[in-house]
Amino acid sequence: MAIISIRNLIVEYDGRRVLDGLNLDIEQGETMVLLGGSGSGKSTLLRQILGLERAHSGSVFVKGIDITRCSQPELRLVRRSVGVAFQSAALFNSYSVKENVALALREHTALAPSIIDLVVWMKLAVVGLAEFGHLHPQELSGGMKKRAAVARALALDPEILVFDEPSAGLDPIVAAELDELILLLKQAFQMTVIVVTHELPSAFRIADRIAMLYNGTFLAVGTKDEIRNSEHPRIRQFLDRVPGNIAKAPAVAASFEKYLQAQEANL
Amino acid sequence: MAALIEGVGKKTLNQLDYVGGLSIQLWASLRAMGASFPIVGNRYRWKASVGQMLQIGVSALPMVGLMAVCSGFILAMQGASELRRLGAMHYVIDLVAVGFTRELGPLLTAIAVSGRSGSAFAAEIGTMRVTEEIDALRVMAFEPVEFVLAPKYLAALIMVPCLSIAANVCGILAGGIFMFFSTHLGLGLYLQYVLTSIQLRDVISGLIKSLAFATIIVHVGCLEGFRVHGGPDAVGRSTTTAVVKSTFLVIVADVLFTAIFYFTGKH
Repeated sequence: MAIISIRNLIVEYDGRRVLDGLNLDIEQGETMVLLGGSGSGKSTLLRQILGLERAHSGSVFVKGIDITRCSQPELRLVRRSVGVAFQSAALFNSYSVKENVALALREHTALAPSIIDLVVWMKLAVVGLAEFGHLHPQELSGGMKKRAAVARALALDPEILVFDEPSAGLDPIVAAELDELILLLKQAFQMTVIVVTHELPSAFRIADRIAMLYNGTFLAVGTKDEIRNSEHPRIRQFLDRVPGNIAKAPAVAASFEKYLQAQEANL
Repeated sequence: MAALIEGVGKKTLNQLDYVGGLSIQLWASLRAMGASFPIVGNRYRWKASVGQMLQIGVSALPMVGLMAVCSGFILAMQGASELRRLGAMHYVIDLVAVGFTRELGPLLTAIAVSGRSGSAFAAEIGTMRVTEEIDALRVMAFEPVEFVLAPKYLAALIMVPCLSIAANVCGILAGGIFMFFSTHLGLGLYLQYVLTSIQLRDVISGLIKSLAFATIIVHVGCLEGFRVHGGPDAVGRSTTTAVVKSTFLVIVADVLFTAIFYFTGKH
């Protein structure tokens, strides 16, 4: 059974359609990569899955609960089973790394402080930050911040782990380390993992299935091999890194012509 | 003409949206306030409230005290320059005592707190919005209003009236010093006159105003922060807007309360 089901999801910003009737099932225990270029709608889709924004229409079922229509207490309950590592890490700057990880544990569980300390140490050890718990986020490097965010996301042993652009802003070595960490976590904790990215090496390393987004619709949803062998022109353009027309001379000339015509019309 | 009507309509809708946002936020914060109470609430929220009390109240005390002393001298000197000609110097005592208790103490405090803390609230929450910390709170099943706003609101409701009382004392003492040097009236006798000129209802009306001003400052500052969209420049704009709007609304509320107390025969 799908742990997340998206049905006819439509999202609009000021009348502009950003997601156009999406349907997707994410199975329990799989790693689904939402792949797409800038502005394709993948971050918007992620925000819908997390219940951070209201959809124009459609439904998002997480563990059988429609989070677009459920009550606040139900939504909070669903959220306790989802861990999120944000693109910017989004660590609380006024807290140390240890306190960031401990926050959900001390507020959502009845564990004794000594047990919380132990759990925090274990989560930090998993991401290789056991020695750095006393530091504040501003004292960490980009890669360490992302790993600290993963430790915080793991705090409540979530069933679903979500990564928003995990490799963004990292050098290739650190990005590859993070990919290995995602694989390790999935193997160790049998979680459902959702990763939003536009990094091809990372996507093909960690994915079980890939959903390819373009202009708010899915061009294809399939296994790594299905996506890799796709003949769809947009998918081929993305995978083969073929530049669009935007920077080519005729396109620039046409755009300049349009600008001049608009200026003349205004005179 | 159509553009003018459209502009007026748009502005009206924006203002209604703002008032609606403030009302919803106020209701949500009142519902969440219980979590910030000591003993019966969440001890981490109460700890956050105490921290806010130190920032809003204790740190602002020297500034508010100095402003009140200066204003006390100004009011006494301006009053004396006119009343001396009428041979009614003793009315300076009533002017300073009643003027501060009913009006200047709460108003000066509100202006100082708006400049110091209202802007800080907008900047703090705005930065949390930009760095996705507010989203992180929500996906960790925390309610941002309960986590961020309620402790500030409780702290302001306690500390702004306390600061107003401190401002009253400082302003009245400044009047006493002026009277000592200008009419050789002893401080003990001055304080006796002060106590006979102030009535309990003056103190209560000043405290009611303080509570209203605290509500305005906290809610305008926090709403501006929660509505930040964009980057660091948006945070800067929200900070300025928070101070301007809260100061304006404090003065409007002051007029309304003064009118209510006046026409209901309180003064």
